[in-house]
Amino acid sequence: FLGEQCCTMKILTLLSLLATHLSASSVNIEENAGQFFSSGHTNNWAVLVCTSRFWFNYRHVANTLSVYRSVKRLGIPDSHIVLMLADDMACNHRNPKPATVFSHKNMELNVYGDDVEVDYRGYEVTVENFLRVLTGRLPPSTPRSKRLLSDDRSNILIYLTGHGGNGFLKFQDSEEISNVELADAFEQMWQKRRYNELLFIIDTCQGASMYERFYSPNLMALASSQVGEDSLSHQPDLAIGVHLMDRYTFYLLEFLEDIHPSSKANMNDLFKVCPKSQCVSTPGHRTDLFLRDPGSALITDFFGSVRKVEITMETINLTEPIQQVDGSVSDGSSVVPPGVHR
Amino acid sequence: VCVRVCVRVCVCACVCVCACVCVCVCVCVCVCSSVPQPKDDFQEELVIRPLHSGDIYASFQFRTLWETDFMRGNKVSHYRLFPKSLGQVISKFSVRELHISFTQGYWRTMQWGQPFLPSPPGAELWVWFQDSVTDVDGTWKELTNVLSGIFCASLNFIDSTNTVQPSASFKPLGIGNVTDHRFLRYATLPREIVCTENLTPWKKLLPCGSKAGLAVLLKSEKLFHSSFHSQAVHIRPVCQDWQCKTTSWELRQTLNVVFDLHTPGQGKLEWSLFKMFSRTLTEACPLASSSKIYIDITDDPQGEQFEVSPATHLLSQAMVLGDRRTFSVYDLTQQITFGTVRSLNLLIRWKSRDMLRPLLHAERYVAGYGLQTGEIHTLMYNNHPYRSFPVLLLDSVPWYLRLYIHTLTVTSKGKDNKPSYIHYQPSKDRVRPHLLEMLVQLPPNSVTEVTVQFERALLKWTEYTPDPNHGFYVGSSVISSLVPSIVAMDTNSTREQPLFSSFFPCKEESSYFMRVYTEPLLVNLPTPDFSMPYNVICLTCTVVAVGYGSLYNLLTRSFQIEEPSPGLAKRIANIIRKMRGVPPL
Repeated sequence: FLGEQCCTMKILTLLSLLATHLSASSVNIEENAGQFFSSGHTNNWAVLVCTSRFWFNYRHVANTLSVYRSVKRLGIPDSHIVLMLADDMACNHRNPKPATVFSHKNMELNVYGDDVEVDYRGYEVTVENFLRVLTGRLPPSTPRSKRLLSDDRSNILIYLTGHGGNGFLKFQDSEEISNVELADAFEQMWQKRRYNELLFIIDTCQGASMYERFYSPNLMALASSQVGEDSLSHQPDLAIGVHLMDRYTFYLLEFLEDIHPSSKANMNDLFKVCPKSQCVSTPGHRTDLFLRDPGSALITDFFGSVRKVEITMETINLTEPIQQVDGSVSDGSSVVPPGVHR
Repeated sequence: VCVRVCVRVCVCACVCVCACVCVCVCVCVCVCSSVPQPKDDFQEELVIRPLHSGDIYASFQFRTLWETDFMRGNKVSHYRLFPKSLGQVISKFSVRELHISFTQGYWRTMQWGQPFLPSPPGAELWVWFQDSVTDVDGTWKELTNVLSGIFCASLNFIDSTNTVQPSASFKPLGIGNVTDHRFLRYATLPREIVCTENLTPWKKLLPCGSKAGLAVLLKSEKLFHSSFHSQAVHIRPVCQDWQCKTTSWELRQTLNVVFDLHTPGQGKLEWSLFKMFSRTLTEACPLASSSKIYIDITDDPQGEQFEVSPATHLLSQAMVLGDRRTFSVYDLTQQITFGTVRSLNLLIRWKSRDMLRPLLHAERYVAGYGLQTGEIHTLMYNNHPYRSFPVLLLDSVPWYLRLYIHTLTVTSKGKDNKPSYIHYQPSKDRVRPHLLEMLVQLPPNSVTEVTVQFERALLKWTEYTPDPNHGFYVGSSVISSLVPSIVAMDTNSTREQPLFSSFFPCKEESSYFMRVYTEPLLVNLPTPDFSMPYNVICLTCTVVAVGYGSLYNLLTRSFQIEEPSPGLAKRIANIIRKMRGVPPL
């Protein structure tokens, strides 16, 4: 009867372990669910802009494309990315390897890829078009791929790179956007409820001056250098003949390559990217307008994508027969059975 | 293709036993009826033609035929092989024919012969609208915007300053007796760059995408590393049978590429699919009714100078470009084509060969010096030894090159050659470009030169592009003609024939239609120094500051005498004297 006792003891311990595991995992599920909705956003958008023209500004296009690549890899689809490249480097006749843009020397990583969709290119990248995309005031015949169709539950990532100075960013060597205009554009976006939270990253010389004038809530900003400092480029490739990337974005790309869609890394890790020893300039950030604690904002809140999932306790009957619509079905209209939510 | 629509009819009989247990027996019967769906058909083909200079020319064509009706506001909503984005564009903008091409590079007619489908460098778009459209210009503007989103290109720069309505060139290539050229619009963007972002949406329009069939060969790294690359989309209504009782809509996606012999670094006259595209073929597109590769072996049918492996016994003859040519055919729908290794890598080896001189080719250049005036010269060569034929020359020149039409001269063999038809529409500053269409008879074995002088305009400073020192482009001239052919052409377009020989409809047996594009021109306009406004402001402010400041000082400054402060010794002496009560020094 010892054997029986052992058996029952075993069964009891197994059952108790199972019960604790179940309760623990259910708590885990609730925690996960809670964290899932803590940021309050339901969709993600990205606006990635390279503002420089000419072959020797290859690195700015490579910067933008490496952020594009990371953002696509982490889940944001092309329909939610507005990519603006002011010049074509990949099919430029000076490019020794056409249809490629490299970020690492010795041609290790082709950030251009085989599946890229550029929405604004060449002469279309102007200050006016950029501000129209942000504020949504586009002519009615603008196609969807060129619009930022965000709503009040969208988290938007805005990345700018190019040549800049104290309070301005140069577009295509012929016009500038000032930090006041940018701040006003974000305020327009806030008043029209076009974003839930916005992350602004800028990689130019004296980049911190561009976020000094922000005054709308829920904005977080990062820059590659302080006022009075220059952002430096990373490394040249002797075969291509130009510098391939800027330092800040190079280390940002390295950091993002380690992030996967379910990563729990938060914004404090992002602020540590590229310290002065690696970047030579001092990266800066601004979080006073951001209502949440940056430590609770995940990287994937801005760089990744969210699938809208609604957990419901309602039961839905799927076994009712599909009803025929009046007339023939040959015109191909789809039939929605009653009682099934779309 | 029929769609089965099934209706389930259930008859249930319940038997209750013991007032608490019910047993139900249901008998369900499916009654299916077939509802005919409009037929659609997809064919793909690849034609490989080794060129005289050692380069190799590959031409892909993907054709979808669909028996449906987009016209007269018919609502189409069930798409299968035909891409929905293009179908919606056709319905919404009442398009009758749409031809759009994106080209990188210039087709060298003298070295490569004639292409199957010609296209000018940059982007070219021409559209015939249906006669139900009331505001053609507004519809055209919206259509270019929508197409710029679909193809990721800057087609939204097409506006009235670079759109023309040709009156004689660009007749409809599909069915239709529409001759009112008010419904035709033609525009080119010679500056447009073609890169992977244009290829990606183009590939997504194919039924199999780039996953199966011939489209797996379309890898951008190899395609753009070439001398010439052109991709195009052509949509038109065609007849299904000889009497044209049923019509269907045809969508052709074409991609022409010429690979340079010396680029991979080998220099041998040996090409394979793997060398060209860095891929081999493993299967045909399952949705295709026909999937074939044609290799042009006309110049050496015995195989002495020319070798193709794996060998095939399927041969086909086709009448294309006025010549009867022989092709080796590989049918990808047959499993045997792929052999035991389950992959097809065609290898083509040949020794250098002669080329048939093209009958018609053209050149264009700008002559003159300075930044004020210039002259455009267009040369058209007729290389036929004894036949002369007429050509239609279409020139669309932007408004900032002011053409002087009174200086237009057309000379052949040194003598004046008067065109039999001239249509000229003068430009209007910032509104529309020049349009010049002429029908010129080219004498046999001659060069015809068309010259016209122009003056360059000074643009407003906001109208310059961000890189104005690059220059401004003038789109290619289009030369369309019916060239006499050596062999009798086939006028029955509904017969089963390869896609590459059935693009241009053939109305006569003795000639075939050909279109030749000249080079685009790059002209420099007088460009201001854009730093001057800044310089002027600095200079003016300095002059005003120095001049006004000096004058103000002179007028308002008054002088006062001031005692200098005494030295240390004197100060100490003054303190002692004050203590003694004696007046200071």
